Amino acid sequence: MFAFISRRILATIPVMGVVAIVIFLLLRLTPGDPAAIIAGDSATEAQLMEIRARLGLDQPIYIQFFSWIWRLLQGDLGISIISNIPVSTMIAQRLEPTLALAVTTIIFAVLVAVPLGVIAAWRHGTLIDRAVMIFCVMGFSVPVFVLGYLWIYGISINLRWLPVQGYKAIGDGFWPFFQRLILPTLTLSVIYIALIARITRASVLEILDEDYIRTARAKGLTEGRVLLVHALRNAAVPIITIVGIGIALLISGVVVTESVFNLPGLGRLTVDAVLARDYPVIQGVILVFAFVYVIVNLLIDLSYTFFDPRIRY
Amino acid sequence: MAANTQSAAVPVTVSKPGRAIWVQASRNPGVLIGGFVLTLMALIAIFAPLLGTVDPVNLDPVARLKKPFTEWFLGTDAFGRDIYSRVIYGARISLIVGAGAAILSIVIGLFVGLISGYFRMVDAIVMRIMDGLMAIPGILLAIALVSLSGASLVTVMVAITIPEIPRVVRLVRSVVLSIREEPYVEAAISIGTPLPLILIRHVMPNTFAPLIVQGTYICASAMLTEAILSFLGAGIPPEIPTWGNIMAEGRVYFQIAPWIILFPGIFLSLTVLGVNILGDGLRDTLDPRLAKRV
Repeated sequence: MFAFISRRILATIPVMGVVAIVIFLLLRLTPGDPAAIIAGDSATEAQLMEIRARLGLDQPIYIQFFSWIWRLLQGDLGISIISNIPVSTMIAQRLEPTLALAVTTIIFAVLVAVPLGVIAAWRHGTLIDRAVMIFCVMGFSVPVFVLGYLWIYGISINLRWLPVQGYKAIGDGFWPFFQRLILPTLTLSVIYIALIARITRASVLEILDEDYIRTARAKGLTEGRVLLVHALRNAAVPIITIVGIGIALLISGVVVTESVFNLPGLGRLTVDAVLARDYPVIQGVILVFAFVYVIVNLLIDLSYTFFDPRIRY
Repeated sequence: MAANTQSAAVPVTVSKPGRAIWVQASRNPGVLIGGFVLTLMALIAIFAPLLGTVDPVNLDPVARLKKPFTEWFLGTDAFGRDIYSRVIYGARISLIVGAGAAILSIVIGLFVGLISGYFRMVDAIVMRIMDGLMAIPGILLAIALVSLSGASLVTVMVAITIPEIPRVVRLVRSVVLSIREEPYVEAAISIGTPLPLILIRHVMPNTFAPLIVQGTYICASAMLTEAILSFLGAGIPPEIPTWGNIMAEGRVYFQIAPWIILFPGIFLSLTVLGVNILGDGLRDTLDPRLAKRV
């Protein structure tokens, strides 16, 4: 068990290493001189030299890479070219809206998707099953931002039930904070619900064919108990796995949703950095998102033994 | 099998193995519906100039933000450009990006996956790289690539393709790993067939069915990603009418002119839905193993 955990944790190191190399090379392999891109069109040769020296661009590339990694390991993500604020500070400032949106979305999506998937599998082949499957394929097809604008148009502009856009920190009171998260959550969770409901349906469907389900029914257990205790519990591992893999989808969705609803989070920070060509910020945010993805999936792998005691390492 | 032994004598056309599966696929309702939508969109894209459109980039300052279903079928945008014409022409870019990204990622992924699945030494390294690439959220990688290398149709297509490659590599590799143990591969090795020929003639055909399924899904997600990139301002240059660009320009005017976002949104959703339904239908018939899993 301990050996497995340490092996699994060690396995994340090469993955993060590749992520770091890709992100580092992003800036170096693109055509053009990074210093010239950073300095803009009107820079003089002296300014370019100064920028190169400051960024260490006059050093050999492997030294640049390792000194970058060394600074990363100390938590130094670099300094924004535009605002001159450390990237780690900028990320910390923008963390709350993104975290709030991600957490409400995951909770909401799981609470909706798992029952949907279980019911669809239980009533396999019926109208309910069809409806769930149609919802899933639609969820994969409607772009997140179109959905967002539809919500805003219907709920905020026509019905005036909720504020159109914007964000209030949780410190300003729970209701104003929560109110502004409702539509972004409904927007972002649709694709996530589609993903989880589909996997839940497939894995519960497979489990319902098992002999022990027939046994459970034969000994007179209620359908609810059969579904929740016997079927769902055994279908838990693929469901948990897809929740983790779906984090990638969620992160991509966060970037778009925050732009639609004007939430000042990490996604908005990324888009602003891209538009302003603020490379240290772009690198920093992508690195942080990739790190979160890797860590979440690590924790999920480690949780398998909890959800399925048959899995022993 | 009986048909094979008799085929010399009896004039019965022996269908190639695998032919039946295509016939079956062409009868699947999902394939039919999805194929119909996709064909319709392709026809719209090809015959855009003949569909009562005007120049999609023509500015008309007098006709700014006109409502739809008036003189302008789908209304006009803030520059007085005709939304209907722009949406019809926009179909071209979406389909090109979708098909381009699907083909590009499959060609590269097939090559890397075949090599990786067959050579253990390469495999360890390639798969670590693929794991790393998969850990970077696709849209972020794509917007970073576009912003760094300059926005154009080609860079957008490449930027969308790169995050899709690992999935194709994994798929091809998993097929290769199971096929390389098959007796006919062993037979081919034992009679001294050169390795490239084994890979191309005996291993590669087994990847086609799952790759076609995967390709349709990549096409769907590429069209969505293209729209998202344009929408975020990191996509195809704004002067080219794409569905994402039309919607991006409609953002500011959303409260007074929601149709600028609505109509391209409907077209995009319908097209992606068609491709997804096509993919599900193909998966159910061509790749029953995958169909059971998802």
